[in-house]
Amino acid sequence: MIELKNVTRRFGDAVAVDRINLTVETGEVCVLVGSSGCGKSTTLRMINQLLPHSEGQILVDGNDVTAMNPEQLRLNMGYVIQGTGLFPHWTVARNIAMVPQLLKWPRERIDERVHELLTLLDLDQATHANKYPQQLSGGQAQRVGVARALAANPNILLMDEPFGALDAITRENLQLEMLRIQSQLRKTTVFVTHDIDEALRLATRIAVMDQGRIIQHDTPENILRRPASVFVENLVGKQDRGLKLMSLHTVRDLMEAHPQPREPEPGADGLKEDDSLRVALSIMLWQNWRQVPVFNADGQETGTITRERIIQEGA
Amino acid sequence: MRVWLPPVLLTVLLCALSAGMPTLEPLFEWVQPDKQNVVYERESFLFLLQNHLMLVVISALVGTVAAVAGGIFATRPAGRDFLPLVSQIASIGQTFPPVAVLALAVPVLGFGEAPILVALILYGLLPILRNTLAGLEGVDATVRQAALGMGMSPFQVLLQVELPLAGRVILAGIRTSVTINIATAAIGSTIGARTLGDPVIAGLVNGNTAYVLQGAILIGMLALTVDSLFEAAERVWDRRFLPQTAG
Repeated sequence: MIELKNVTRRFGDAVAVDRINLTVETGEVCVLVGSSGCGKSTTLRMINQLLPHSEGQILVDGNDVTAMNPEQLRLNMGYVIQGTGLFPHWTVARNIAMVPQLLKWPRERIDERVHELLTLLDLDQATHANKYPQQLSGGQAQRVGVARALAANPNILLMDEPFGALDAITRENLQLEMLRIQSQLRKTTVFVTHDIDEALRLATRIAVMDQGRIIQHDTPENILRRPASVFVENLVGKQDRGLKLMSLHTVRDLMEAHPQPREPEPGADGLKEDDSLRVALSIMLWQNWRQVPVFNADGQETGTITRERIIQEGA
Repeated sequence: MRVWLPPVLLTVLLCALSAGMPTLEPLFEWVQPDKQNVVYERESFLFLLQNHLMLVVISALVGTVAAVAGGIFATRPAGRDFLPLVSQIASIGQTFPPVAVLALAVPVLGFGEAPILVALILYGLLPILRNTLAGLEGVDATVRQAALGMGMSPFQVLLQVELPLAGRVILAGIRTSVTINIATAAIGSTIGARTLGDPVIAGLVNGNTAYVLQGAILIGMLALTVDSLFEAAERVWDRRFLPQTAG
């Protein structure tokens, strides 16, 4: 758990972060969102003390961060930044092994862990482990960046616009990857982004920041339904709020489930349980379907969903 | 290890030339037909080479330690304020002509090796210092931020990240500095240091072109040899720390 109490950060006379209070519960993903210069990155860097705070108190699992040795504090926090910050003179494997090496794990345990992480992030051991960061694509490099952050199994993950420099397709892939990994590992995560869609997709709770203050701290659904101010309303986009709300839920939430999963009829078209309602509606409109079967990950038919239901209850 | 072949060959050639200079007497008689002695004999060339090299190596070692330490200090948070001052000191060291340093150092340190060492150290500082600053400043800020953020101590960041990444540039600075100093060391002969400049000075004083040639050839050869040594070292460094960027 991370608690910020009345935290202020000044640069000279300028106040970058102004008396903010924020609690990030264990296992939740807290996304700090706002325009550039709103203090979100500053807030993140105060948590691992790359920037000391001017006033207030920052507690990590109940301990004041100023009382801890900064290296010790950071070794227990994975840190992922935009542009990866991978070490260009080290191989992928050595980059990932960085923190375990600092913690003086035995050789075999490090090798095993590196292998585990390459697998977790869908990187092939044989082709990638001995490459250098310059030889990777942007998406692969950022996967390595995430693997490096997770290497020593830290309790906390700090991510500073990690996917900001990637193209839209790679970014979406990594967001999905991140959701998958998070559902397995449940790390307490603070994630900084200026992309509201990314925030809505990944967050357990979103903290909207403006001019060094937190304007609203709430679940994605409540941020969309009940924006606390005009600023938040503009940020989430007033017009397509309905569609954005739909993207928060999956087909599974609204489908008519069969009592038993059944084998699909050969060649049957349909939706997947994990598709968002927004995607589902879009497909149904395009294909002009009124009712379609829903399949689970194993390809079995688990239920049906109707267009009417999505339109009525989706947002 | 094919990279080491050129420096080894040049070293062999240099030593052979120093030891076997008298056998080239007929050649120098042709250059300087009017003199009795055409091969410099007051000291053996091998001894002069050894002494010359020693002056350069000592000054390079001291200069490197001082310049790299200075460069590191000036790029740490605590030393940032001194950054302009440090670069200025180094620049001033370079604008001072070596002869002027000798003229000032002789009354204090006397004749011999000491004043030329001072001059060489001062003279060799700037290229190393400049490159140390450029190399350290050139390390990608995100890399340094990631290293710190992942829990490395500032000292570990310096040792494991900054110096390996800046080392190639620093090495190039040392190479420049040493090459310049091999030539500059010869001036030491004017104030009683024994260097390969001796035959050159003697030749100039006596109007003996053959002497001048012998000194100049050996100084040139020494510079080439040392330079090829650095060339090889840089290649080895590249292989170790800067693998090809080709995908």
